[in-house]
Amino acid sequence: MQLIDKNVIAKKRSGRLTLNNAMKWIFFLCTMVGLIVLVTLIVDTLMDAVGYLNMDFLTNFSSSRVESAGFYGAIIGSLWLMFVTVPVAIFLSVATALYLEEYAPKNKVTDFIKINISNLAGVPSVVFGLLGLAIFVRAMAMGNSVLAAGLTLALMILPVIVVSSQEAIRSVPSTVREASIGMGATKWQTVSRIILPAAIPGIITGIILAISRAIGETAPLVVIGVPTTLLVTPDGFLDSFQAMPMQIYAWIKMPQEEFQYLAAAGIIVLLAILILMNSVAIFIRNKFSRRY
Amino acid sequence: MSNYNIQEMIQKNKSNKGAVVEKSIPVILFLITSVSILATIGILYTLISQSLEFFSRESFMTFITSANWSPYGAEPEFGIWALVMGTMKVVAIATVFAVPVGLGAAIYLSEYATERVRKIIKPILEVLAGIPTVVYGFFAINFVTPVLQSIWPEISLYNAISAGLVVGIMIIPMIASLSEDAMSSVPNSMREGSLGMGATRLETTFKIVLPAAVSGIIASIVLAVSRAIGETMIVSIAAGSTPNASLDITSSLQTMTGFIVQITSGDAAYGSSLYFSLFAVGMTLFVMTFTMNIISQWITKRYREEY
Repeated sequence: MQLIDKNVIAKKRSGRLTLNNAMKWIFFLCTMVGLIVLVTLIVDTLMDAVGYLNMDFLTNFSSSRVESAGFYGAIIGSLWLMFVTVPVAIFLSVATALYLEEYAPKNKVTDFIKINISNLAGVPSVVFGLLGLAIFVRAMAMGNSVLAAGLTLALMILPVIVVSSQEAIRSVPSTVREASIGMGATKWQTVSRIILPAAIPGIITGIILAISRAIGETAPLVVIGVPTTLLVTPDGFLDSFQAMPMQIYAWIKMPQEEFQYLAAAGIIVLLAILILMNSVAIFIRNKFSRRY
Repeated sequence: MSNYNIQEMIQKNKSNKGAVVEKSIPVILFLITSVSILATIGILYTLISQSLEFFSRESFMTFITSANWSPYGAEPEFGIWALVMGTMKVVAIATVFAVPVGLGAAIYLSEYATERVRKIIKPILEVLAGIPTVVYGFFAINFVTPVLQSIWPEISLYNAISAGLVVGIMIIPMIASLSEDAMSSVPNSMREGSLGMGATRLETTFKIVLPAAVSGIIASIVLAVSRAIGETMIVSIAAGSTPNASLDITSSLQTMTGFIVQITSGDAAYGSSLYFSLFAVGMTLFVMTFTMNIISQWITKRYREEY
């Protein structure tokens, strides 16, 4: 006696299996969209940039003439910008993460701070630009200086570093903490000598990713009014400056077609720097991440 | 030797300096932490005070009811709906494009891909998420728009569809990776139960995994829409600068963020209505993204299923 007719089952299943397979390929295509776009974007930009990407481009200041225009001022300006943004952002956000993870009591104030930080992460960058314009540029009279832009970007990446640092600190197991306390170390000794060193690789990875976001950020700089036609590099933090993404944006907006090629060359330089930074971040993550 | 007593030693070595440090560290850290609150207060104060200044000069009713945004000239009219419509058109196109693609990618990564494939593709998505938006803007105007024009010649140089598609590309990694997280956290026992009953992977995905992960997926989409609303450089470069409330996606428009960039990159005289209008637009933008973020957090909290 045959309870199950295999042929009937196979017939019924084959349609469903075909659908399953077809959809699998559609899902795979969806995944590939990202890769295809990435490759197209890089190849297209490279093709535009070839011929403009040379030593002159890296050593000349910006200019209204295509043949003598370069990226030097923008590269140096972005470096200056990071000299302000990075230390300020690291100082503020690592301290915040330490407080929230190690010291904060469980109460309404702490909850409020946490909600506040996650909301700050969702504020559009152009709104941070408006904050910088009204507070730093106007009210504090810093003008469109390195300091004003650097502080604005530092506030913008603060939530990013806080969240990644919190995760890094949280992943240090409590056994390590208890061992330190058990040996008679005080709270601060445990935090500064045991927990922070153990969490450092995770924290640094988060910092590098945040910096690479800050370096490519354009909108706040436009709002603050970062110039694009300077012929000097800044001498101090209160001087005005140029920045890479800002220069690229200015070139894209130029009506002459040649400037599009300059923009492409600038993009290649910017992307090269970003890829380098991301690789360092991934290297640190893989090399130093310890599993307890 | 015999005179020493461990407890005395501890007492002696416990210096006052140490105690002061222990007491002051939490206070110092708390003070630094409050900078993040100051930032929020700064944003709110800036937007509200400057917007109030704007509304003391221009009509608030016109602002929220009119769809005519013509800020220049002797008789300017500030009707935010022209800019909101511009933003909405771009965001709608981006969402329609990015949600199916992002979800498809999430389903593939979470339900079909082998561990090896996943390890290759996830970093690519991370790179895509890290590309500066000004680069996407360049891509939109120099690649996507010409390609679209070659198949659909009526499209003008600045248009909603090209900007929308590229904003969509920008938010795909976000939808894909957050939705994948939500789907991966559905326990395997549920999948195995379904597969064991003879369901195919596709049926398991649509009838078991997606319903179980739906709160995380919706939260990720809302968050991505909020990002798209606040996106600035792509729309300033590729969408144009002609505010209008039409539904036409082939012609030039202006978004809220695009307006802010246009005015600040020219010179709006400090103290003019035009200058203060920046903050009124910024306030509208802030309220919209803030609402979306709150909704996203609420969905995650309210509908999270614990397994």
